[in-house]
Amino acid sequence: MAAATGKTTGRTGLRGTPDWALLLGAGFVYLFLYAPILVLMFFSFNSTRSTQVWTGFSLEWYGELLRDQSVHDAFRTSLIVGVVATAIATVIGTFAALALSRHGFRGQTFADTTIYAATVMPEIVVGVSLLVFFVAIQFTLGITTIIIAHVAFTISFVTIVVRARLSGMDRSIEEAAQDLGASPVQTFLRVTLPLILPGVMAGALLAFTLSFDDFVITFFVSGVGSSTLPLKIYSMIKFGVSPVINALSTVVLVATMLLIFGGSRILVKKEDA
Amino acid sequence: MGGGKGHGWSLGLAGLLAPVTIWLGLFFLVPLLLILAYSFGTSGIYGGITLGFNPGNYLKVFDPLYLEIIGRTFFIAALNTLLCLALGYPLAYFIVFKGRRWRNALVLLVMVPFWTSLLIRAYAWVVILGGNGIANRTLQFLGITDEPLTLIFTPEAVLMGMVYSYLPFMILPLYAALEKFDTRLKEAAQDLGASRWHTFWRVTFPLSLPGVIAGSILVFIPSAGEFVIPDLLGGSRTVMTGNLIQNQFLQARDWAFGSALSVLLAVLLLGAIMFYVRRVGTDKLGGI
Amino acid sequence: MSREKRISRGAFLKAMGAAGVAGSTLSVLACQPNTSATGGGGGGGGPEEKKLNLYNWADYVAKSTIPSFEQKTGIQVTQDFYSSNEDLLAKLQAGGTGYDVIVPSDYMVAIMAKSDVIQKLDKSKIPNAKNVGKEYEGLSYDPNNEYSLPYQWGTTGILYNKKEIGQLDESWDPMWDPQFEGKVAMLNDTRETLGAALYKLGYSVNATDQEQLDEARAELIEQKPLLSGYFDSTESRPLVLNGDLLLGHVFSGDAFLALSENDDLDYVVPKPAATRWTDNMCIPNGAQHPENAHKFINHILDAGVGAKLSNYTYYNTPNAAALPKIDEALRKLSGYVLPDKVFKRLEVIEDTGEATREYERIFTEVKSS
Repeated sequence: MAAATGKTTGRTGLRGTPDWALLLGAGFVYLFLYAPILVLMFFSFNSTRSTQVWTGFSLEWYGELLRDQSVHDAFRTSLIVGVVATAIATVIGTFAALALSRHGFRGQTFADTTIYAATVMPEIVVGVSLLVFFVAIQFTLGITTIIIAHVAFTISFVTIVVRARLSGMDRSIEEAAQDLGASPVQTFLRVTLPLILPGVMAGALLAFTLSFDDFVITFFVSGVGSSTLPLKIYSMIKFGVSPVINALSTVVLVATMLLIFGGSRILVKKEDA
Repeated sequence: MGGGKGHGWSLGLAGLLAPVTIWLGLFFLVPLLLILAYSFGTSGIYGGITLGFNPGNYLKVFDPLYLEIIGRTFFIAALNTLLCLALGYPLAYFIVFKGRRWRNALVLLVMVPFWTSLLIRAYAWVVILGGNGIANRTLQFLGITDEPLTLIFTPEAVLMGMVYSYLPFMILPLYAALEKFDTRLKEAAQDLGASRWHTFWRVTFPLSLPGVIAGSILVFIPSAGEFVIPDLLGGSRTVMTGNLIQNQFLQARDWAFGSALSVLLAVLLLGAIMFYVRRVGTDKLGGI
Repeated sequence: MSREKRISRGAFLKAMGAAGVAGSTLSVLACQPNTSATGGGGGGGGPEEKKLNLYNWADYVAKSTIPSFEQKTGIQVTQDFYSSNEDLLAKLQAGGTGYDVIVPSDYMVAIMAKSDVIQKLDKSKIPNAKNVGKEYEGLSYDPNNEYSLPYQWGTTGILYNKKEIGQLDESWDPMWDPQFEGKVAMLNDTRETLGAALYKLGYSVNATDQEQLDEARAELIEQKPLLSGYFDSTESRPLVLNGDLLLGHVFSGDAFLALSENDDLDYVVPKPAATRWTDNMCIPNGAQHPENAHKFINHILDAGVGAKLSNYTYYNTPNAAALPKIDEALRKLSGYVLPDKVFKRLEVIEDTGEATREYERIFTEVKSS
C-alpha cells in the first residue's frame, strides 16, 4: 500500500495547512514554554539579590551555588525522591492501566473511580491527611514518607496516560503470542511492553515532573533533614528567592540539554518503516 | 493476558491490581476517610478538630461568596482545558508525525522547563509582562500600543499562567495516544482518495480521542485545585477554590470546613469526569 | 483463546482487609488529631545527643550563626524550612514533630501556647535573656516570656517612590488615593491589610466588634480597584524598585533592602497607628533535644551573634546588647531607628480567637470582589 503513491511519510498533515505552519505553531509553543526560562537564566547573572530588577553582570550566584551546602542537599533529596517515586509509581500505574483496560470485571468501576479520585483531592488535604495517618501509625517522617506520598499522588497520572495509549490498541498480537506458547510474563516483556513503552515513558516523565516540584504535600510529610528543593525555595518567599536558585536551575537545564543532544544516539530512534 | 470479556478474575488480573490497590488503599483511601470524618466534625478555635456529626460544614458552602468562587474556578478550569487542547494538540501532532527520529528529544524538551521551580518561572513572567517588560516594549516597538498595558496581575494573566503550567498534562497523554497511530491507516485513507483534512478529521482525530480525554481530565481536575498561580500571577485578586481551601486549613484554621469543601469539590469533579467520559464514548477509555 | 485461572477471591480480599484494618486503627487513633509526641520538656533519661533540629524560614540566619554555634558547643545543627506561620502550626498540630527550635511570629506564639504545641522555656538555661531590650519583652502575646524569646522584630509600613510622588504624610490615606491607581499594592496578609483599614479608621488592629470590621471591609472593597494586587512583601519590593509600583505595603526588612539599593525611595510608618511584629524562638512539645534548644536560643541572644544576624537580615534586633554593633549604614536608613513617638503608636497583632474566621471571610470577600 505504501508504495502506491509517490508521497509517503513526509507529507502527512492537515489539508491546506502546509508543513511550515505546523512547524511555526510548534515553535511558538516551545517559545511560550521557554520564555520565562530565558529570563530566569538571564537573572542568574544579576549582580544583586534581585531576580526581577537587573543591576549588572556577576557570577557571584554561581559561586554561592558551589558553596551552599543546603541547596546541594535539597537538590539531592529531590532527585532521589523523584527517581525512586517515579520508578515505583510507573510500575504500579502501568500494571493498573493494563488491568483496567480489560472490560467487565467486578469492581472495575470502583477501581476506575478511585484512580480518578486520587487526582481530585487538593494538595493540602492530601498532605494533612497523610501526615495525620503517618503519625497515627507511628511511622517516622522522613524521605520514606515523602516517597510514599509522591507515589500515592502520581500513580493515577501514570495510569491515565498509559490507558490513553492502550485504548484501542490491537491486543490480538498478545493473544497470538500466547497461543504460540509464550507465558504471560514473556508476552508482557516481549510483546506488550514494547508496544506501550511510549505511553509508559510519557507517564514516567509526568510523574517525575510532578514529584520534583511538589511543595504542599512534601511539606507536611517531610521529616527532619529531608528538605527537598521546593521546600527550600518556597521558604525563601519571606526574604525573596535568591538568584542562587536561578543559577541552580540554569545549571540543571544546561546539563539536561547537553545530555539530550549529546546522548542523541540513544534518544534518536531509527526511522520506522 | 488476552482481552477476553467476562466477569472473570484471573491470577494475572489480581496480580496487576494488587500493588495499586494496596498503595492507594492505604495511602489514599484511608486518609480520605479521615477527611470525610473531619468534614462532619467541628473545628477548634486554634485548629484541631473534634469528631462528631456536624453537617453544618456542608451547609456553610451554600454561601454566595463561596459558590461564586467555585463557579469561577470551574469556568477558568474549563477555559484552561480548551486552551491547552488548542495549543497542545498541534504540538503533539508535530512531535509524532514530524518529529521522526527526534521524537523522544522533542518530548523531553517539552518537560525540561518544568524541572525548574514554578515560583521562579512565575517571577520571570512578572518580569516579561511587567509595565516595562519585554511584552510591553515589543508591543510599543511594533507600534501596536502607545502606552504600557496592564498585562500582569489580571485574570487573563492567571489564565495564561494556568495554560503555561498545565500544557504538559495535555501534551503527554496526546503524545502517548497519537504515537501508536498506524501510519499505514492514514496512507490507506489517502490512497483511497481522502483529502488530508478529511484524513485527519475522520481517521487521526477519532483515534487520538483517548488522548484528548485523558489530557482533558489531567488538566481540568488539578486546575480546580490550583492556588499558586492565582496568587503569583493574579495579584491574589482572582480567588479560586484552591485558594479558599488552603485558606481554611491554614489561616482560618477551620479544618472541618476545609474538609467539607474538598469533599464537595471532589464529588463535583468526579461527577464531571464520569459525565464527560460517558458522553464522549465509553469504549474510548477502555471500560468505564 | 487464552487460558485463565480462577483464584479464590480470598487472596484479593485479604488485601482489602488489610486496608480495612488500617482504617479502623486510624479511626480510633484519629480521635486525637492534636497528637504531639510524648511529653514536654527535657525530663529524665541520659544526656542528649549532640544534635539540634532547627525549623526556620530560609535565609533567616547569618552565614556565621550556625557554624559559630556548632563550633562553640559541638552540637550538629540540621535546619529545615517552612514558608508561613500557618503552615508551621498545621504541621505541628497534625503531629509533625522532630524539631527542637521553631521561629513563629507574635500572634502565632499565643495560638501555639493555647493549643499546647509549645513548651515553657527554662530561663535559667538562657542567661543571655537579659540582653533583650525592655521594649521587646513581656509583650501581650506572651506577657512573661514563658514560651518565647524574641528573635527579630520590625514594622509594617509604606515603601514609596519619594522622587515621583514627593514626601508622604505619615498616614494610610495615600494607599487609598485614586491618583495612584494601578500603582499601589497591599499585603496578601489578612491581619496586616485589614489592619491597615482598621488603623485608617482609627480602630485597633485587634478589633473584634462587628461594626468596626464591616467598616474596614467597606474600605477595602473601595480600595481594591485602585490596587495592582495583594502581594507578599518580597514581591512588592522589586516592583517598587523598577517603578511598576509607586507605593507598596511592606515589612520593614524589605523596605530597608530597597532603600539601600535606591536613594529615590523612602519608608514611612504611618499614623495613627501601624504594626510592629516580632518573630520569636520557641521549643515545641516533644522536642528531642530541649537542652540543646535552650543553648541555641542563648546563642542567638548573644550580643555579637544578634548583631551579625540583623546585619544580614536587615531586620531590627530586640537585643539591646547587640545594638551598638549594628552596621552604621543600616542605622541610617529611614525608619530603622524609630523615635519614641513613632514607637508609641505601634500595635502588636494579637490572636483574635473566634473572630479569626470572620477576618478571613472578610478578606476572601474583598479579594473576590
